[in-house]
Amino acid sequence: MVGFNKVKITPPRWLLAELTYACPLQCPYCSNPIDYAQHKQELTTDDWKRVLTQARKMGAVQLGLSGGEPLVRQDLEEIVQHARQLGYYTNLITSGYGLTEARILALKTAGLDHIQISIQASSEELSDYIAGTKSFAEKKRVAHLIKKHGYPMVLCVVLHRENIAQMADILNMAVELGADYVELANTQYYGWANLNRDLLLPTRDQFETAEAIAQEFKLQVAGKMKIYYVVPDFYEDRPKACMNGWGTTFLTVAPDGMALPCHSARELPNLDCPNVQDFSVEEIWHESKAFNFFRGDDWMQEPCRSCDEKSKDFGGCRCQAYLLQGDMYATDPVCSKSPKHDLIETAITDANTAAKNVTEKPLIFRNSKNSRNY
Amino acid sequence: MTINPENKLQFSSTHRLQWEEAQQKDVILYPEGMVELNQSSAEILKLCDGTRNVAELVIDLEQKFQTSGLEQDIRNFLEIALQNGWIQQS
Ligand code: SF4
Ligand code: SF4
Repeated sequence: MVGFNKVKITPPRWLLAELTYACPLQCPYCSNPIDYAQHKQELTTDDWKRVLTQARKMGAVQLGLSGGEPLVRQDLEEIVQHARQLGYYTNLITSGYGLTEARILALKTAGLDHIQISIQASSEELSDYIAGTKSFAEKKRVAHLIKKHGYPMVLCVVLHRENIAQMADILNMAVELGADYVELANTQYYGWANLNRDLLLPTRDQFETAEAIAQEFKLQVAGKMKIYYVVPDFYEDRPKACMNGWGTTFLTVAPDGMALPCHSARELPNLDCPNVQDFSVEEIWHESKAFNFFRGDDWMQEPCRSCDEKSKDFGGCRCQAYLLQGDMYATDPVCSKSPKHDLIETAITDANTAAKNVTEKPLIFRNSKNSRNY
Repeated sequence: MTINPENKLQFSSTHRLQWEEAQQKDVILYPEGMVELNQSSAEILKLCDGTRNVAELVIDLEQKFQTSGLEQDIRNFLEIALQNGWIQQS
């Protein structure tokens, strides 16, 4: 909040529209809030069109349509069409489950640019288990249809202890499906993933083996397929440059209209995130407390405050600092300069212990019944 | 991958080249990404419409900007464009 008037505000470039929290799958690493069942209300088609128009006018150009499962919204085609007319590059971020050929065609006519489909593992058994729903065979069929209709396709696989040993097979699957890009997204520990961290965090050995396979594959497919590799920052010395800097580039709008500087910001206390039903995107971006909260670096504590790397990583992720050490102003504990860096070592040790002790506790799947406990 | 002098060059069908009013720049858009272009790069890419090979592209650009000696810069940029998948040759 301090530094409110000193920081130069750049316009948003990326708008992530989380159209709904509804989803037929139950991934235990889902980044949706664990209490999503409490946020049932959804924006109308006209609300979304207004938000898209306002953000586009400010300069947003990449639009992610996600959820939950965005296909659940029957007005998806209408929203895509509006977005395309405004000049957005429209990315549909879907599980693929339930996507029919008719809808793939309708979305194409509406102007959809790209489809990102997620598959949970390279084997049917594990993929269906993690998704909590029998969906693997259908997802593969849908991936072929996406390519048949000429979309660029990203295959996204979220990596964790259960599937990371399948790395080589996952990459072969990407080739078989004709993916143009593969996103190998090591689980980020927010939302449901944070609940299940002991069971999802891979060991350092698992992670390093998988990474070596991915790096080799990257060289093999250079020029044909691109790899986006999301590092598991628990095994890094420096945190990620979260959101490219708070309130500089990214705007997320949740299903109920809450505007968030990052998709996990709902978990932070007292941010008072504004709602697009009450304010324009311009007001939210420039004037709201939430979007100004961590802009610039006046909010920083030591060691970040006097660190010569602060313009590179902005002190890391605020949500991670909060979830791991209960202080959203603190240096992200992932950083080896953080006085609380031992929390990361503890998390890794706990996960390793849990890995050996399989009966300890079950994964908590993401569904409305479990969500109502929070 | 290098550019074959015989082949016609075409902007990729899975990328989009677009003028961004807010940035006062041409940009390339693709899944979850964006590249900002300077004016000369944008002019080169706009001529990759499947009707010209490298030599023809150089002639047309030199004519458009009423200058000469652009060939090496254009070739260098096109190699980068090809490697990034922004253009295809057919
Ligand atoms: S991560 Fe899984 S459960 Fe969560 S929204 Fe995506 S598909 Fe649904
Ligand atoms: S101390 Fe803070 S600013 Fe410095 S590298 Fe670590 S997280 Fe980044």
